[in-house]
Amino acid sequence: MLRSTVRKPLQLASRVKLSTASWSASRRAVPLQAGRVWWPKVQEYSTKIQPKLTAESYPDVHRFSGFKKLADEDLSFFRSILSDSEILQAKADEDLALFNEDWMRKYKGQSQLVLRPKSVNQVSQILKYCNEQKLAVVPQGGNTGLVGGSVPVFDEIVLSLTQLNKIRDFDPVSGILKCDAGVILENADSFLAEHGYIFPMDLGAKGSCHVGGIVATNAGGLRLLRYGSLHGTVLGLEVVLPNGEILDSMNALRKDNTGYDLKQMFIGSEGTIGVITGVSILTPPRPKAFNVSFLGVESYEAVQKTFVQAKQELSEILSAFEFMDLNSQRLTKEHLKDVPHPLEEEYPFYILIETSGSNKEHDDVKLETFLEKAMEDGTVLDGVVAQDETELRNLWQWREMIPESSQAGGGVYKYDVSLPLKDLYSLVEAANAKLTEKGLLSVEDTSKPVISAIGYGHVGDGNLHLNVAVREYSKDVEKALEPFVYEHVSSKNGSISAEHGLGFQKKNYIGYSKNDQEIKMIKQLKNLYDPNAILNPYKYV
Amino acid sequence: MSKSLRILVPVKRVIDYAIKPRINKAGTGVEKTGVKFSMNPFDDIAVEEAVRIREKHKKLVENIHAVSIGPLKAQDILRTALAKGADTCSHVDVKEAELEPLAVAKILKEMVAKQNANLVILGKQSIDDDCNNTGQMLAGLLNWPQATFAAKVEIDEANMTARVTREIDGGEETVSAPLPLVVTTDLRLNQPRYATLPNLMKAKKKPLEKLSLSDFSKVDAEPRLKVMKVEEPPTRSAGIKVGSVDELIEKLKEVKAI
Repeated sequence: MLRSTVRKPLQLASRVKLSTASWSASRRAVPLQAGRVWWPKVQEYSTKIQPKLTAESYPDVHRFSGFKKLADEDLSFFRSILSDSEILQAKADEDLALFNEDWMRKYKGQSQLVLRPKSVNQVSQILKYCNEQKLAVVPQGGNTGLVGGSVPVFDEIVLSLTQLNKIRDFDPVSGILKCDAGVILENADSFLAEHGYIFPMDLGAKGSCHVGGIVATNAGGLRLLRYGSLHGTVLGLEVVLPNGEILDSMNALRKDNTGYDLKQMFIGSEGTIGVITGVSILTPPRPKAFNVSFLGVESYEAVQKTFVQAKQELSEILSAFEFMDLNSQRLTKEHLKDVPHPLEEEYPFYILIETSGSNKEHDDVKLETFLEKAMEDGTVLDGVVAQDETELRNLWQWREMIPESSQAGGGVYKYDVSLPLKDLYSLVEAANAKLTEKGLLSVEDTSKPVISAIGYGHVGDGNLHLNVAVREYSKDVEKALEPFVYEHVSSKNGSISAEHGLGFQKKNYIGYSKNDQEIKMIKQLKNLYDPNAILNPYKYV
Repeated sequence: MSKSLRILVPVKRVIDYAIKPRINKAGTGVEKTGVKFSMNPFDDIAVEEAVRIREKHKKLVENIHAVSIGPLKAQDILRTALAKGADTCSHVDVKEAELEPLAVAKILKEMVAKQNANLVILGKQSIDDDCNNTGQMLAGLLNWPQATFAAKVEIDEANMTARVTREIDGGEETVSAPLPLVVTTDLRLNQPRYATLPNLMKAKKKPLEKLSLSDFSKVDAEPRLKVMKVEEPPTRSAGIKVGSVDELIEKLKEVKAI
C-alpha cells in the first residue's frame, strides 16, 4: 500500500512550519546583555534564552535555613543504596538543566543531585534519610507542569521517578490497571489500547508526563467530560510518606466504605505530603468510533445553549465540548497561514464537539439529529463534520494549536481558571476591557505590548483558558492582570487553578479559591505528615 | 457539441488513510471488520476539482454526478460527495466483491454513456490496491484523451479544451486536449473542503440511483487475478550505536552502503 504518498496539507504545512521556525530560531544570535551575544548550542532542548535562576527572579523567596546543605556523607549514603545509573550529580559541564528547569523555561533551580531510584524500597530509604537529615526533596515526574511545581527552587534534591516505570498488572475483565508512577502516559495508553481499553484521561503532554505526576497534580485534560476526574477513576495508590513509611492501597476495590479514603488526599497534593510510587486506576473500554464537528455560533449564550442541547441529544457519546473565541481563531489562522479555516465566514464563537462510542452508525444518527436541530432553531449558524480521520485530526488542530499560536507573537500570559458556566467568558471580556482601558492593547498597533486576550477551553468542565498574547513581557501588563484576574475569578466564586495546580507560581494566591478554614486544615495535614517540611518546599501553601 | 460540461466523478470507499491496515489471519487480504472506511483521498480531490470547475464556470457545468462501485456502505461516501458539491449520484452495488480495474473501467464506460458525461475526473489511484490503472483503462475503452496526475486543470470555455498541468518525475508537464477527456488527480491539485452542515442536510435530499452488477450485463466482472498471499513487509531490525566515525565508515562499507 502506498499510503505514504498521501500527505494531507494541514499536517504537512504545520509540521514544516514548526521545524523551520525552530531551525531559524536556533541559528539566531540571542542578545543577552548589551554588547554580549550568546549563541545557543544546537543540542539544547529549547531555543529561548536561558531562564534566570528562580532565586534571582524572586528575591523575596529565601532558602529555608533549617535545611541541611548536601554534604559528602549524604552522597556516600545514597551511593550505598543506589547504583551509579541511579545517581546524577552536577558537574562542571553538566548543570542538570533538564531537571532544574521547567519546560516553559520560566523557573530554574540549583539542585546538585538527581536520584532516580528503580524500586519503591529505595524511594522509602531515600525519604527516610532526607527526613532525618533535613534534606529538602522535590519529587519529579515528566516535568511537564505549568506552574513550576516539579522543579527545585534552591538546592533541593530532585527525586525523579523516571526509572520506576513498569506496568505491574492489568485485569482485562475489570479494566483495572496497576502501574508504577513513572510510566509515561502515552505508554500506558498504548498498552491499554492493545487490550481494547483507554486511559481515562488525555492531555497534550502525554508523550512525556508520568501517570504518577498526573495523579499528584490531579491533571484534568481532554477526557474529563466523559470519564470524570482522577478522584473518581483512581482506585488505589502506593505512596511513600516523608518518614519513609509506605502507604499501600493498590489492591483497592471499586467499593470500599471502610475508614477515611486516604488516597484522595494525595490526588492533587503536588508532592507535598508524600511521593506517589504506584497507581491503580479503573480504565474504560476504548471507543471504536469517533466523530468531530466544528461549529460557528453568534454569542457565548449560544455556546451554552448548544452545550445543553448536546448533552441532551448526544448524552453518553459526548466526549469533548470545547469552545474558542474569534480572536483565538484569528491568531491561529495567522499562525497556520496557508491552511484554510474549516468555516468560510467568521463567527464570534466556535465550538468543537467530539463524540465517541462503540457503534459508528448509532453515533452518526445521534450527531446528525442533534446538528440538524441546532441548525434549524438557529443556535448554530454554520458548521462542518469530519468525513474521515484526517479531517477529524485537522479539525482538532484548530483547538490544539491555540496555545502555540497565542505565543507566536512574542509571548503569552496563561491563566487556567474554573468559573461557573454562565460567567465563564466574562473574564476574557473583563481582561480585554481592562487592558484596553490601560492603553496596553491593540491588535494592529505594534507599539502596544498586548495583541489580544483570548479565551478558549473545556465548556464541559467549566474550565477557561485565558491567554493574553503579547508582543513582549512587561511589568505594566503583569500589573494590569494580577491580581485583577484572580480577584475577578474569586468574585464569581471560581477557582484560580482549574487543572494546572498551584506549584510555585500560584502559591500566594490560594486564598482567592480556598477559605481560611480550608487553608488551615491543609497546613495541619502538611505539618502532620511532613513536620520537617522537606517535601517540595516553597510551594503549594 | 453543445457547450456544457457533464462531469462524472467516480469515488471509491477504502480503509481510512490514517488507519494502519492489518493483514487478516488467513493471510489472504487486509482485515476489514471494525475498521474505519472513508473516501479514497485522491477521489476526494477529484470531487473538489469538479466543484471548483463549476464555481469558476457557473453556466458551463450542467451536472456533477458521483458514482461508486462497492458494498452497500459505499453510499456513505456518496453522501459525502453530495455534501461536498456533487448534484446526483449512483451506487453500483457489487456486495463484497472486489472488482479489478478493468471491470471498474468497463462499468464506468457504461456510466459515462448513461450520464452522457464529457469529462471524467477521478483519483489517480486508490490507496487500498494502489493499481493506478482505472483512469487510463477508461480513457482507452472510451477512446478519449487522458491527462493523468493532474496538478492543475484549466477549462477553456470557448474552445472546449482543457489545459492540464501534470506531475512528472523532476517537474511538471502541461498538456492540452479537447473534451471529452479523462483526468486523474494528484495530491497537489487542490485541498478538499469540509462538508458543511447545511450541505450535509441538503445532501440527504439529493437523488441516489441504486444499481447493481446485473444492470451491466455486458461487463465481465469475474476476477482475472488471484491473490496468492498477502504478507507484511519484514520489520526493520534495530539500529546499532557506533563509537567513532571510523567505525561508522567501516560498518557502512560492510553493508556496501558506500
